[in-house]
Amino acid sequence: MNIHEYQAKELFEKYGVATPKGVAVKASAEYSTALGQINTANGIMVKSQIHAGGRGKGTFTNGFKGGVKFSPNKEKAIENATAMLGNTLVTAQTGPEGRKVQTIYFTEAANLGKRPDGRDDEYYLAILLDRATSRPVIVASTEGGVEIEQVAHSTPEKIFKVQVDPAVGLQPFQARQIAFALGLSGDLFKQCVTLVTRLYQLYWDKDCAMVEVNPLLVTKEGQLLALDAKVSFDDNALFRHPDIVALRDLNEEDAKEIEASKYGLSYIALDGNIACLVNGAGLAMSTMDIIQHFGGSPANFLDVGGGATKDQVSAAFKIILGDKNVKGILVNIFGGIMDCNVIATGIVEAVKETGLKLPLVVRLEGNNVQAGKATLAASGLTIVSGDTMADAAQKIVKLVNQK
Amino acid sequence: MSILVKENTRVLVQGITGDFGARHARLSIEYGSQIVAGVTPGKGGQVFEHNGVKVPIFNTVAEAAKQTGATVSAIFVPPPFAADAILECVDADLDLAIAITEGIPVRDMVRAKRAMQGRRTRLIGPNCPGIVTPGRGEKSHGGCRIGIAPGYIHKRGKVGVVSRSGTLTYEAVWQLTCKGHGQSTCVGIGGDPVNGTSHLDVIKLFNEDPETEAIIMIGEIGGNAEVEAARWIKEHCKKPVAGFIAGATAPAGRRMGHAGAVIGGAEDTAAAKIKIFKECGISVAATPSDMADALLRIWKG
Repeated sequence: MNIHEYQAKELFEKYGVATPKGVAVKASAEYSTALGQINTANGIMVKSQIHAGGRGKGTFTNGFKGGVKFSPNKEKAIENATAMLGNTLVTAQTGPEGRKVQTIYFTEAANLGKRPDGRDDEYYLAILLDRATSRPVIVASTEGGVEIEQVAHSTPEKIFKVQVDPAVGLQPFQARQIAFALGLSGDLFKQCVTLVTRLYQLYWDKDCAMVEVNPLLVTKEGQLLALDAKVSFDDNALFRHPDIVALRDLNEEDAKEIEASKYGLSYIALDGNIACLVNGAGLAMSTMDIIQHFGGSPANFLDVGGGATKDQVSAAFKIILGDKNVKGILVNIFGGIMDCNVIATGIVEAVKETGLKLPLVVRLEGNNVQAGKATLAASGLTIVSGDTMADAAQKIVKLVNQK
Repeated sequence: MSILVKENTRVLVQGITGDFGARHARLSIEYGSQIVAGVTPGKGGQVFEHNGVKVPIFNTVAEAAKQTGATVSAIFVPPPFAADAILECVDADLDLAIAITEGIPVRDMVRAKRAMQGRRTRLIGPNCPGIVTPGRGEKSHGGCRIGIAPGYIHKRGKVGVVSRSGTLTYEAVWQLTCKGHGQSTCVGIGGDPVNGTSHLDVIKLFNEDPETEAIIMIGEIGGNAEVEAARWIKEHCKKPVAGFIAGATAPAGRRMGHAGAVIGGAEDTAAAKIKIFKECGISVAATPSDMADALLRIWKG
């Protein structure tokens, strides 16, 4: 689960990690009051709150450029906020449809410190799981404010990593290693050790999937400040964090994906035109792959789970058909334990209920498969049967391309 | 032989009184597996009965193992309690803990895996279909089925199968069986980012197993476990290996059902993994329908 920057910074503040003071607003009527609560002497940052990166370089569908804007005064801040709030921001990470900005975050602009070479004094810090070691890893770099993937690719020596032993947690010497690696000294060194320790505590306490600060900034006044904050959580651990669940913003999630999750279905929309309905995540992924292999384009990932029921199949059909790009459907079920006939009955009912007019290819394999195929054949519906995954994929691609 | 479990391996089931655990305990009993104990805290002394087989239920894993000689546990307990269930197997010094449970928090697994270091117990999973060593009876009856895989699709034979995904494993197994080729052992290692046993661990076991003559390795996007295994295979594996990677069409940054199936970096993609598989001499299946054939192109059975 993802949260907004302003929510992440509220968590940071709770853990004693310094961030620029800010106020989030959801309506233009609140602008003045909000701006009155922060110090605007150095100017104001106006930041669109969406769950996607690349906001600063994004463009609104109304033509306005930049989802994050420096504003020298309150008037300009209100002008910028007005251009953003309620409008749709397209960034490198949102896809062409963009995201509607429903919250604006005003923050005090920080006085950027400079390095001897004149560059801004910005760093990178993140905490996440290292899959190779199954341990948390803290990643730090002197190269902040830019894309870390780029730094890792071109100057890997500027990426510093510390593995944390989960049996004992982050040790003080490790926090010091990071502060040394970032080249900090004196009071900034101490600030860094404290900040790393507190962020790790947040990461661990709240079952975070990732905590990322980019940039981590040194101000002219000599303060270490988290200028941006990105925090995501392990969905499997949300049951023990009602305070985090309360931060969920359904506006940022795909309506069809939310609907699917209500039925225990795992659905992800893609931009192709052949929908698929499959049991099991690995098989669902490879069903998408085989559609593409034979020249088609998958419209979604949809895993109905290992023990799909009639109701789930019916709900899955409705979700699939909610996507107007869909021109055909491929059902691929390997009914190891579950009864193929139950699935076949579910498919027939769903087709009748939704009045499906699109081509439908069904590949059933496994338990009681003959009865399942008989049910499909006896339904009087135009359901094409596929014998293998390859056969079924070729058939649906052909049917869709004929239209 | 086979790897990890044999026909006569004695198995206990944690969570045998829950719907999920009970259902699959019954199916394992029907398959002829040696389900010798159940564990549900507070229900010790009760008996789980199916097809005339009486399975005693114990309060603790240690007690169940001591009384029945069980060496392997199948874990079906709900996610909030699953890491605890795994560590209880470790405490009882079982050979193997097979965690079927889906949805265990990463933090719990990070701690559990750390606590297992240096201990006797090997973990398979979590979020996995389990293990099957097929039997020699009709429809492979009499084998050791631990977890949720359908038993009847198997056939005893010479191919070792390792995969993260359940249904994709069944697909490969069924293709093999339909073409007349049986399996030594089929291992589902699970779709989570933190798991107990990797592709490589299983490949090493297959490499040493005299009954296994060829291997199918099924992987997916996310992480570098398949790559690590492929590089080892190139250097050390004595047996022909076919492979498949799912997720060629998956977009970056989206979790594809399995918590571990997320493209993070350039090396997590299907294309990158397939390229490395080929470089390492693995026969790559172009589609999931081609998994058995990919093996049979390099191994005649």
